Amino acid sequence: MKFFLSILIIGVLSFIVGLFAPWWSIAVIAFIVILLVPARPLNAFLSGFLGIFLMWLVVASFINTANNSILANRIGGLLGIGENPVLLIFITSLVGGLVGGFAALSASYLRGYK
Amino acid sequence: MGGRRLQERERAGRIPVKRGVDQVGKEKERQKNDYIRHKEKIIIFPVMRLLPFCFSFLVTILLIFILNRPIGTKIPMPLGSFLSPQTGFWQNAEDTAYDYNGSVVIEGLKGNGKVYFDERLVPHVFAENDEDLYFIQGYLHAKFRLFQMDIQTRAAEGRISEVAGAAAVDYDKAQRRLGMKFSAENTLSVIEKDAEALARYTAYTNGVNSYISTLTASSLPLEYKILNFKPEQWTNLKTALLLKMMAQMLSSGTERDLVNTNLRAILTSQQFNLLYPQVPDSLMPIVPKGTIFPRPMHGYKIPSNADAAYFFNNRSVAVSDAYPQDRDNGSNNWAVAGTKTASGAPILCNDPHLELSLPSIWYEMQLSTPTSDVYGVTLPGTPYVIIGFNNDIAWGVTNSQRDVKDYYTIQFKDASKKEYWFDSVWKPAQQRIEEIKVKDQSPVYDTVSYTIFGPVMYDAAFSDTVSEQSALAVKWTAHHTGDEGLTFYKLNRAANYNEYVDAIKTFECPGQNFAFASKSGDIAIWQQGKFPDRWQGQGQFIMPGTDSSYMWQGYIPQSENPHALNPDRGFLESANQRPADGTYPYFIPGTYITPRGIAIEHFLSGMNSITVQDMMQLQNNYYNILASRLLPVFFEHIDEAALTQEAKKYLGLVKQWDYEAGPASVGQTIYQCWLDSVQRNIWTDELSKAGPLTPAPEEQTLMELLKIDTTALGFVDNKNTAVIETLTYQVSVALNAAAKQLAEVEREGNLEWSAFKKPAIYHLLKSNLPSFARTDLPVGGWGNTINAVKKSHGPSWRMVVQLTAATEAFGVYPGGQNGNPGSRFYDNSVDNWVQGKYYQLWMMKPDEAKDSRVKWIMAFSKS
Repeated sequence: MKFFLSILIIGVLSFIVGLFAPWWSIAVIAFIVILLVPARPLNAFLSGFLGIFLMWLVVASFINTANNSILANRIGGLLGIGENPVLLIFITSLVGGLVGGFAALSASYLRGYK
Repeated sequence: MGGRRLQERERAGRIPVKRGVDQVGKEKERQKNDYIRHKEKIIIFPVMRLLPFCFSFLVTILLIFILNRPIGTKIPMPLGSFLSPQTGFWQNAEDTAYDYNGSVVIEGLKGNGKVYFDERLVPHVFAENDEDLYFIQGYLHAKFRLFQMDIQTRAAEGRISEVAGAAAVDYDKAQRRLGMKFSAENTLSVIEKDAEALARYTAYTNGVNSYISTLTASSLPLEYKILNFKPEQWTNLKTALLLKMMAQMLSSGTERDLVNTNLRAILTSQQFNLLYPQVPDSLMPIVPKGTIFPRPMHGYKIPSNADAAYFFNNRSVAVSDAYPQDRDNGSNNWAVAGTKTASGAPILCNDPHLELSLPSIWYEMQLSTPTSDVYGVTLPGTPYVIIGFNNDIAWGVTNSQRDVKDYYTIQFKDASKKEYWFDSVWKPAQQRIEEIKVKDQSPVYDTVSYTIFGPVMYDAAFSDTVSEQSALAVKWTAHHTGDEGLTFYKLNRAANYNEYVDAIKTFECPGQNFAFASKSGDIAIWQQGKFPDRWQGQGQFIMPGTDSSYMWQGYIPQSENPHALNPDRGFLESANQRPADGTYPYFIPGTYITPRGIAIEHFLSGMNSITVQDMMQLQNNYYNILASRLLPVFFEHIDEAALTQEAKKYLGLVKQWDYEAGPASVGQTIYQCWLDSVQRNIWTDELSKAGPLTPAPEEQTLMELLKIDTTALGFVDNKNTAVIETLTYQVSVALNAAAKQLAEVEREGNLEWSAFKKPAIYHLLKSNLPSFARTDLPVGGWGNTINAVKKSHGPSWRMVVQLTAATEAFGVYPGGQNGNPGSRFYDNSVDNWVQGKYYQLWMMKPDEAKDSRVKWIMAFSKS
């Protein structure tokens, strides 16, 4: 339960803060949330990873659907993956997820866990 | 066993704590265990976690660090912010149902304004006064085309290295040495003397900046995110720079002084004049033949040493223009009088041929105030409508192709380039130290000396092939002009022929052919610009710069610029050809293009009861009139017995050709390959001695020469062989060579013209963003057909305006109104342009706000 809660908090909080702050605020949020809601390393990593991964996945998917993949296709060409919006969304979310995951993991080690 | 060891073992967790036997011992033991447990909490576990914490924290920081900075030059953007759906490119992926409604409050506005966007996102701007009008124009230009305006003015000024790095330093140097910023500053100082003009330009600038100030990291245009830089404040100087960019595009590449100088060294003057003729035999000039020109009062004196020092000077030059302008930067325009149209009203047509890009060079707008109302295409970066119509008149422009740029040899006293020899004294040069900022590197400095002629373009420091004693200064009319924008301000408001003439007469550079038609029934054309009154041959080659005798001694009076009003034949046209025939009493060299003018005259003269549909068809006409005249010469001389099987096959195909160079034409592909092969065989042996970039004589010239002389002055013979080659030999051998290439092309399935030509429209950043381009467009044509689409160059706007009581106007350009590659309006008009379709242009009236064509409304208010 706590695990799902921290995923949700990380996702929602980093979305709100991300409206004003630079992209790396996702790391700060994941870090702080795990300091406040302690978790074992694996759980912490997964909350950070999934919190950001899912948030970016949802936001990018919404944008992409509304955009009919117009830009995702062009950017896919620029990044060398071709016209593949699904892969581009996955790569996007994976990058965010990794940053969130490692930030949360760091917090878990710093804060300690039972 | 000592307590310390026990503690250590316990800490290591290897053995259980031994319980003591007596109470005191138990108590001590308990206390000790409590202490150990306490220590466990605050010290022992952290030490165990320290390593993994450090590791994961470092990984996090490293990830952020790597994602926060550019990875090499191939990926100039920091990936973290670029990928983030909240700040990066996803934010530029515009909802296809995006709501462009909005309201903007601007303190500086004098009144309120309304912008009505139609279904193509064309803004119909209604303002209460001129300043607000141009403020809103600036705001909208920035909103939809900011990156384009920014990169083009940086390119004009020679500041691309700031964004692109060291690779662009030579380009930036060339721009600065041409004096682009110098000329923009000169124009700006003229603008600043005219309070009303200054107020308009300042309002425009404020509008651009007002939009820029709304930008956040996430709303930055996509290209800034990719190239990782930020827009800077707009200035009136930038607007002037954009006007100079047009001057450079259209009047800097219209001379060939450097290559001509090298040709002079290998050709006799007779050969030179026949291979590169001033007046082609088949010319159909802009001003109808038979026009009587007034006798000029030439004030010039030909230099006394002209023969030895100039005409028969065999000096050659090792520099060449490294960034040449496309020589087909041309255009078509024509005006048809009511006597030839079905409606009885004049029709005006224009299609400017430029480099095709996404976003397009043009942005379509209606600009309206209580005292003016105009519709047409605008140039993002400058106010006003450039090509368009109002409720009384319509106008369009084509390039004059006139040579308004000359080179002079400068002899510096020494390497400091501070003094040069002029009229028998060492004259001091003014020096401008150019600081070129380079991305990720320290700045590069370049000292440019300004002479009485103009800036020194080439010297020992720029292009190492030139020595200090023979540097080249450039004289260009664009260096000193008035406010070219004023012409468009006035044209936007002109109601009749006289006001049109008044509007254009101050226009200096780049020289343009302004076609005109009015509801009162007039049609007219003026070739307008400030053109030097040259003595015969002046400025064709590099000129001596050591005395004043080779300087321009005056200008052609404006009233004597070639022009025509309401000719009997009922139409006027221009297509970059020489403006007048040989009876025009001035020497006017240029890089004229002859064939399209002939084709337009050919069709227009045979047409009557013309409709707007007829005019659209003519703009999309693919008839290759030059091929229709040159191929019969080839057919006449070909020796079929000398042809390979392949060549015979292609000869058979091209003989059936109807001379239509449409996208599916096979004949056009065969003709073009054959012609290229013939041109190589005839010219390369002689002309390659003048340097690799020497342009072969025009296709037109070849046709004219061969019709009267099958040896083409002896050039048909290959000088590198002992035998004398005939035209029969050359066209046959050329077809055999072309057939080999064609067979290969056919195997790849690319024999049809558009598959062979592969037309494409690239993003402004060209090959860096191939996925932002529209490629393999099924469109025919070539530089010599009326529909002059080349590989990525061609009609950048097509407009047909019929001046009936209620104007009927149509237009299309290959792009879209929104410069954002993430918008559905980025390239939405390309397909219609390819198919030759047009949109009806809606001159909206103020009371039509409820019209169903209005899709979105933006309100501008002062409070």
